[in-house]
Amino acid sequence: MAVHVQNKRKLFLDSYHQTNRAQRSREREAVAFIFSGEGGEVICSRRLDHRTIQIFDRQLMELSEHIKTANVEDAVLRQPLHPAARGTLCVTGHHLLFSDREESSPQHFLLLLRNIDAIEKRMSGSSGTITIKCKDLCVLQLDIPGMEQCLNIARSIETLSCLENVSEMYPFFYRPSDQSLKDQWGLSSTEKHYSQMTDLHDRWRVSSVNRDYSVCPTYPQAVIVPKDINDEMLVKAAKFRHGGRFPVLCYYHRKNGMVIMRSSQPLTGANRKRCREDELLLQAVIDGSDKGYIIDTRSSQQAQQARMTGGGFESKSCYSCWKRLHRQVERGKALQESLIKLVEACGNDSHNMDRWLSKLENSKWLSHVQTALSTAGLLAECVERDGHSVLVHCSEGTDSTLLISTVAQLIMDPCCRTLEGFLALLEREWVQAGHPFQKRCAHSAYSHARLQQESPVFLLLLDCVWQLLHQFPLALGFSEALLLRLATEAYASSYGTFLCNSDKERCVSRVKEKTLCLFQALLRPKERRCYANPLYERTELAIWPSVHPQSLQLWRGYFLRWTQQARHLEEAQEEIRNMVILWEKMALT
Amino acid sequence: MEHIRLPKVEGVRLLDRVSPRRSRVGTLYLTATHSIFVENEAGVRSETWVLHSLVSSVERQAATSSGCALLIHCKNFQVLQFILPRERECHDVHLSLQRLSQPESYAELYCFSYKPNVDEEERRQEWDFLELKDDYSRMGLPNALWKLSPANKHYKVSDTYPTDLYVPESATPPVIVGSAKFRSRGRFPTLSYYSKENYAAICRSSQPLSGFSARCLEDEQMLEAILKSNPRSDFMYVVDTRPKLNAIANRAAGKGYENEDNYSNIKFQFIGIENIHVMRNSQQKMLEVCELRSPSMSDFLEGLESSGWLKHIKAVLDAGIFIAKAVAEEGVSVLVHCSDGWDRTAQVCSVASVLLDPYYRTLRGLMVLIERDWISFGHKFSHRCYHLVGDPKEVSPVIDQFLECVWQLMEQFPCAFEFNERFLITIHSHIYSCQYGNFIGNNQRERQELGFSRFLKDVDNILALCYL
Repeated sequence: MAVHVQNKRKLFLDSYHQTNRAQRSREREAVAFIFSGEGGEVICSRRLDHRTIQIFDRQLMELSEHIKTANVEDAVLRQPLHPAARGTLCVTGHHLLFSDREESSPQHFLLLLRNIDAIEKRMSGSSGTITIKCKDLCVLQLDIPGMEQCLNIARSIETLSCLENVSEMYPFFYRPSDQSLKDQWGLSSTEKHYSQMTDLHDRWRVSSVNRDYSVCPTYPQAVIVPKDINDEMLVKAAKFRHGGRFPVLCYYHRKNGMVIMRSSQPLTGANRKRCREDELLLQAVIDGSDKGYIIDTRSSQQAQQARMTGGGFESKSCYSCWKRLHRQVERGKALQESLIKLVEACGNDSHNMDRWLSKLENSKWLSHVQTALSTAGLLAECVERDGHSVLVHCSEGTDSTLLISTVAQLIMDPCCRTLEGFLALLEREWVQAGHPFQKRCAHSAYSHARLQQESPVFLLLLDCVWQLLHQFPLALGFSEALLLRLATEAYASSYGTFLCNSDKERCVSRVKEKTLCLFQALLRPKERRCYANPLYERTELAIWPSVHPQSLQLWRGYFLRWTQQARHLEEAQEEIRNMVILWEKMALT
Repeated sequence: MEHIRLPKVEGVRLLDRVSPRRSRVGTLYLTATHSIFVENEAGVRSETWVLHSLVSSVERQAATSSGCALLIHCKNFQVLQFILPRERECHDVHLSLQRLSQPESYAELYCFSYKPNVDEEERRQEWDFLELKDDYSRMGLPNALWKLSPANKHYKVSDTYPTDLYVPESATPPVIVGSAKFRSRGRFPTLSYYSKENYAAICRSSQPLSGFSARCLEDEQMLEAILKSNPRSDFMYVVDTRPKLNAIANRAAGKGYENEDNYSNIKFQFIGIENIHVMRNSQQKMLEVCELRSPSMSDFLEGLESSGWLKHIKAVLDAGIFIAKAVAEEGVSVLVHCSDGWDRTAQVCSVASVLLDPYYRTLRGLMVLIERDWISFGHKFSHRCYHLVGDPKEVSPVIDQFLECVWQLMEQFPCAFEFNERFLITIHSHIYSCQYGNFIGNNQRERQELGFSRFLKDVDNILALCYL
């Protein structure tokens, strides 16, 4: 085994040394860039340090068998908003790197292979063209001389862009010089969240019944539950809920002491099974107050049908103090198809006004945004205006449940609207609460692969947040740039935050020890400057979004991101940011 | 005052548009210029003022047990729904409002009773606030290639044009007069915008009276003169902003468009912007969609699409872009016309100016632009905006579309404009409000005959003070 690996390393290094000196120095630059720079930032360093070489080799040992052609001279890169560039293309285990020939100021273009959703090859004569469609909706084109080289590159991209094994993915190799694995991973924990909310300590406790993930594989180790319910009861209640996701607290409303709980569907089945512990658990939630609401994010028909497959809903007779409301929030395949249609409509700029509007309508994406926002508004209304506690669930409780509870918290709670607060909310409600990122974000809108469990629920959340930002430009502490960054990172990232499908899986793969945390990185002063909203002014009031169709807009910044128009808007936002910062400085002096 | 049948109604409810269950109770007062709703609630003194000249329609709905509903649509798209307790009162208010909102003569307009605290001297200065000559000299005119022509003094050549017009240096009075005779309403080709960087000009006119084969030597010479005044270019564009079919239909009536064979070195281009009737219906449909009580996303988008409104906005912008590109990128002069040259032509020329020249993206610049391309060149504000009772078929949201085009550009280039959305809304509202004299009448001659421009207050000046 060791010999085999050694040979491979030698093979790679041989081919590496065969290229001429000048080109090699360019490649070195490039390699240094891969490991020290991020995103669009270009760091040129002529020397590679020892550690970088080591990582580079280790990465290639495992993945180099997929790389038949590592370098191509004289390739042409065409990307939106840039003139075509001629230069050297380099494929590594996780990146596609392009360095153009401009001697005075060489430009590097770096693409994470994981970001590639689909490629199309076209051969003509002795050269080929690869069209690369990225998960961040960017479409690139590479002209590669030599048919074989082109096919090799295409094959490498196809394999390396959908690595299955988590530990082979780039976050395990990403080691920028200014961040360390020793840094704290994550922003908050259940315990920390609990300790911040002293008001609820007399009625609620932190349970570590799930410390070995045996009660619910998709929950974190610690959850907040009513004090009156002991761990044995929780175990029994978990058996009565889909995937073991028993009702847990996710939000405490300081103003009136009401809470939001979330869970999965109860397993009542065709013969209307009951579970005493589950009923007691919910009873303990409302404790004395007259009633609570259950928001089921399926239609009542869907909920009825779920009984045939062992699922179900809380019947009125067994949960007499709870009033059930059904609001159908689309998820799963329907949502993925909606995204595909929308992206297709946005990518085609040849059509006229009428076709554009009907395609937009036909994609139904904005309808999904509307339903999500209005259901979240309903949830917030129950808690804030009517003063009742609410349990929200769909079937698995890992998708639309999280979407609705997150948006409702943003509407009600000013603490969630700061930059830190929002990232902590995402960490709690999505990462720790077990949204299966790896399954949902395996592919985006361009992939020809057969759809499995892909669904842009997280993207829909970001769109809802963007609508809030659009309607309340001063109320959120973060900017559109943050939402765009998150949308990109969820699909392909250098950080470990969105890896795996649950806390348990992350634990098994040792993600927290071996990768860096995106949320921590976003809060560093340099990044914070780009992602903070310069106009932010904290308000303690709830921000009630208008859900009238007239008020909802297409998220141009994301869906039309690679067009001239979005570029103008970005520039304008930058200008506004600079102006505000300047004014602040002037006000201070 | 004689039109007010009932000066005051008590116990009136004003319904909330978004959630009709919520409503406010108060007293409705009718004055000569405004209807004022004062809420009764102790402590709050909330007043809702409705300017009568902004009211576009008053509808009386069937009486119910709760009272009689009166639905008021305003020209600034505000919709108010009052519930009056008794049918008799509702009837009287309805008739009064109908009469008050439809003045029959200019003398009834609000601008004549609007008397802010300004003395005569100040008022005169305000009217001199915008001097169009300044704009032309900003463009470098007159110069060796373009001159100020006295041809239309006393409105002899065209009664809908202003007196001060710029024409090519080589255009002699006989050429101008001859060309005017060959154009609808005598609106001969004249300068709208001039680019001093590359000598390219945007000219405007009405359609030629070419019919199927008629020619006019002077008109051909006029275009030749325009072409020659741009020494760097060997051809010019003639843009007909109508759909080709409409233009062809006009030939049967002895009007039409330029034949490329008769004019030397012109490139003729149709850009299909629909006529005022299509635009009026489209806006009506769009407003109906916006007023739907609780439409689904699909209802809204389908309705928006079938109204065609955005399609028409795009057509105007497309035309503006074509002309701006011809001037800025090719350095070629353009002659623009539609039928009469006061609707589509005004839209397209002014959009092109906004695209080409950053000056028109300033507060003062936009006002100058409206003054030049709309007010002075005879956009029929009083007809199009229904300032007086008249032919409803003459009404059309042509200026609304121009303001929306500017808004669309602001959406795409948020830092390129000195003014904000509120400025556009205020201008829009005052175009219809008749509070200031600027937009009254249909052309300069009419305003002069009415003796307006010397004693009415200038809207633009006020606006400039508010938005700087």
